[in-house]
Amino acid sequence: MSATTHAHATGAAERGKVAIWWFLASEIMLFGGLISSFVISRLGGGAQVDHGHLNVTVAAVNTFILLSSSYTMVEAFGCAERGDRRAMRLFLGLTVLGGLAFLGLKAYEYTGEILHGFTPWAGTFWSFYYTMTGLHALHVLIGVIANATLCVAARLGLERPYRVEVAGLYWHFVDIVWIFLFPLVYLS
Amino acid sequence: MSHAATLPRVHEPHEAAGFFRTYLYATDHKTIAKQYLLLGLLMAVVGGFLSYAMRWQLAWPDTEVPGFGFVGPETYNALVTNHGTVMVFFVAMPILLGSFGNFLIPLMIGARDMAFPRLNALSFWLLALGSAVLCASFVVPGGAASAGWTGYPPLSAKAEYTGVHWGLTLWLLAHAIEFAAFLLGGVNFLTTIVTMRAPGLTVGRLPLLIWQLATASILFLLSVGPLIAGAVMLLMDRLVGTGFFLPERGGEPLLWQHLFWFFGHPEVYVVLLPALGASLEVYPVFARKPIFGYRLIVWATIVAGALSFIVWAHHMFVSGMDPRLAMPFSITTILISVPFALAVFTMIASLYRGSIALELPMLWALAFLAMFITGGLTGIFLGSAPSDIYLNGTYFVVAHFHYTLISAVIFGGFAGIYYWFPKMFGRMLGTRLGQLHFWSTLAFFNLTFFPLHWIGIAGMVRRIANPLQYDLVAPHQWINVFSTVSLLGLIAGQAVFFLNFFLSQFRGRPAPANPWQATTLEWTAPSPPPHGNWGAALPAVERGPYEYSVPGAAQDWLPQRAGAAVLGSRS
Amino acid sequence: MFLSWLPENVSSFGRDIDGIIALIWYVTLAWFVATMGTLLVFIVRYRRRPGRPAGYVKGDRWREAVWVLVPCVLVLVLDFWMDFKGAPVWAKVKIDVPQSDLHIKVTGKQFNWVVSYPGPDGTFDTADDKTFLDELHIPAGKPVRLTLGAQDVIHSFFLPNLRVKQDVLPGRAIPAWIDAMKPGTYELPCAALCGMGHSGMKATLVVHAAADWDTWVAAQWSGAKQ
Ligand code: HEM
Ligand SMILES: [Cu+2]
Ligand SMILES: [Cu+2]
Repeated sequence: MSATTHAHATGAAERGKVAIWWFLASEIMLFGGLISSFVISRLGGGAQVDHGHLNVTVAAVNTFILLSSSYTMVEAFGCAERGDRRAMRLFLGLTVLGGLAFLGLKAYEYTGEILHGFTPWAGTFWSFYYTMTGLHALHVLIGVIANATLCVAARLGLERPYRVEVAGLYWHFVDIVWIFLFPLVYLS
Repeated sequence: MSHAATLPRVHEPHEAAGFFRTYLYATDHKTIAKQYLLLGLLMAVVGGFLSYAMRWQLAWPDTEVPGFGFVGPETYNALVTNHGTVMVFFVAMPILLGSFGNFLIPLMIGARDMAFPRLNALSFWLLALGSAVLCASFVVPGGAASAGWTGYPPLSAKAEYTGVHWGLTLWLLAHAIEFAAFLLGGVNFLTTIVTMRAPGLTVGRLPLLIWQLATASILFLLSVGPLIAGAVMLLMDRLVGTGFFLPERGGEPLLWQHLFWFFGHPEVYVVLLPALGASLEVYPVFARKPIFGYRLIVWATIVAGALSFIVWAHHMFVSGMDPRLAMPFSITTILISVPFALAVFTMIASLYRGSIALELPMLWALAFLAMFITGGLTGIFLGSAPSDIYLNGTYFVVAHFHYTLISAVIFGGFAGIYYWFPKMFGRMLGTRLGQLHFWSTLAFFNLTFFPLHWIGIAGMVRRIANPLQYDLVAPHQWINVFSTVSLLGLIAGQAVFFLNFFLSQFRGRPAPANPWQATTLEWTAPSPPPHGNWGAALPAVERGPYEYSVPGAAQDWLPQRAGAAVLGSRS
Repeated sequence: MFLSWLPENVSSFGRDIDGIIALIWYVTLAWFVATMGTLLVFIVRYRRRPGRPAGYVKGDRWREAVWVLVPCVLVLVLDFWMDFKGAPVWAKVKIDVPQSDLHIKVTGKQFNWVVSYPGPDGTFDTADDKTFLDELHIPAGKPVRLTLGAQDVIHSFFLPNLRVKQDVLPGRAIPAWIDAMKPGTYELPCAALCGMGHSGMKATLVVHAAADWDTWVAAQWSGAKQ
């Protein structure tokens, strides 16, 4: 009996991972489409980056936060595999905090820009800027919710390690998207 | 997610389940398949009704359409737009991908259900919601979306250009919901196919339909992202005031066309491949011989799928993009004709030295092939950049894509429906009405659409409400009348189908497990299969899918399922 | 069955385009006959007969596969042939815009074609420009340069008798050219959905014989000349 349950648990883990990879493939195309539109628009002379009015410092701090949260996510999965539930919850909680901090700083950044008149309709660059970073922030938000759910589920004893792994793959993806967005939007 | 999703459900008797569990909150892949089928058929009635109103207006402009009312130019634009949208996204995909995929993937690979049954139910209900939003968009103040199913900006980007406010926004929203539904559905399909195949079912033994469904899902997953990005941008242009596609705000209208067709060309294969796959399942059964060149077909599918990502600008030869891009895209486009030619040749070769019984599924499958050949050949005219200068935007295009889409949706779709009806509903579909349905559809479809090639070559442009306004077209108006009258026959033929479909549900002869003496796994489950499909023991597979007329074998078909060789005779 | 439906062609490059269409027509017709013929022959010849079992032909050996692979090679060869024939035609119509002393601007707007001439001074945006609504006049027998644009949404400049089509976009000036060998009036419909007035959005192309052209020009700009 326990053998079949075990077989099913690995089956579920495999399904979860296969599914998230296909899903991420599609997400790559989503961001890929948006980012290439931006790049092409820049090459075509539209959408010139408005360096002077972007807050590179905040964005750099945010990059650091997001990278660290990827690290805590890896740790959370390690703990999950070892069956260390407490530590796993701790690291999941840290990841959630990282995500929230990122969103908070992003909101601060947006506010500053909008107050200076750089609204989404203030020109092609700003349109792309808000769409790309906004869509990314939405993904961060979804990741935060997923990780928080796992954290609470673990508290209630419902966790399955592979779910942390699946959520981790998603979280790393969100991170990688930012790694592309940050230099493209703020530095180039 | 709880255990229910992951545990085998062999021993759960479901007789006691109430209406809600059985029909509304159903997670069984077979029930969901039926839901997709019914939704698709329902939307086909909607889309067909819109085409009837259009065709009437084209034949007898500015007369009242019986049962619809008066069609002015504004209404006509809304009809064209929503007919295309409904047919492609809410008829073709639900039936060919949603229904066939859900019903057949678990049954053909020997699984008990999809990988994520509840996600599956969510996909369907999202699609239902999308359909409802689209239907709601017909009746909001300001009218329905009217910028064409391709929704080119700037026309679609500002309400003042069409006078349509909420209609177009809801239309975009319906797309977004539909995309989400099929995105989740595609992930589910692929995960199921990758992880849940029966023991012994190696990829080289998969029925070709599974290959086609998998490729279609991958194409959809990989192509829809950029269009979602585009849709978000278009929605922002409409609602927030950005200018992604508006030149006066620094935007670029052609960007939308690139994003749209990057999706659009793979999308037509998303519709085509499952129909091709259904026909490929039918030929060996009714010719009693293996498919010719299994591997060649698999490779052709993969190559065509890959190439479909680099042909999109053949829709844009005269769009104003750099004309030097035309020849490269012309070349990729003709390259893609090679794998499809290969598929066609193998399908024909599959009949060679067969023992062909022209039963209804076979008739539909053969008609699919004939219509697809026709539509494929007219596509060459449009893939050649210089000849497309003239033909782009004319009724030649309309005739071309109806030959390809209708060969898939109607002929391929009915091949599948007639073939799997006994398995799905446990009864045989009536053959007399079936014959009437088939022959009238074949005849009237060609009568409706073939002459449209001519009027297109004569210079009639698409998406116009009144052909009589054009000196070049008016002398050929008889073609429009002829086409519309033929459509009335086509519609009558479909009424026969609906009658047959519902009569056979109750009065049809009870179907044996394997009425066609077919080899693939689904025919070793009872008709209809119970919850969990296979009873106590999962099937194991011991050979390829099309072992018909194997020399020296005792019977002319050897089932894929291990130990099933003596089962399932024609009772 | 197809080619005779084309409207009369009056442009120089129209012949080339018709040639490509004809080439494709004959090639596809041959394929149509070959594939449909084989299909029908197989259906009739191999229909089920008692006592005649089907052959076990899987097509998984080269000896069998060549029967479908060789036709594919033929498809490829013919495809390339059509494209090689087509490339120069495309270049002639769309890329190599010839010089001309007559330059006209045609701009689409909801729901008209606005046609402007630079006038005797040959430059646009001067006092002697002249603008016509839904009327395009050109002389017969010589190339005319066009600059195509749009004011609001996308329209498509289509001259069926000249075998020309070009979508026009707001914010963009697209160079193009036409010529017409035969005087007469021809239809110029808009071939891209552009809103509620799209159906019926059309202009007239008037091709003047050489002598006639001078009188037309003189009549239009008689005021400006004095
Ligand atoms: C069954 C009978 C059908 C009839 C009589 C019919 C008729 C028409 C007509 C009259 C048009 C408008 C042409 C124009 O004004 O430009 C049209 C457009 C279209 N149809 Fe159909 N159609 C049928 C089925 C289908 C099916 C099954 C599909 C797809 C799966 C389909 C896809 C389309 C698309 C994509 C358009 C283009 C819409 C646009 O221009 O925005 N149609 N059809
Ligand atoms: Cu295409
Ligand atoms: Cu128009």
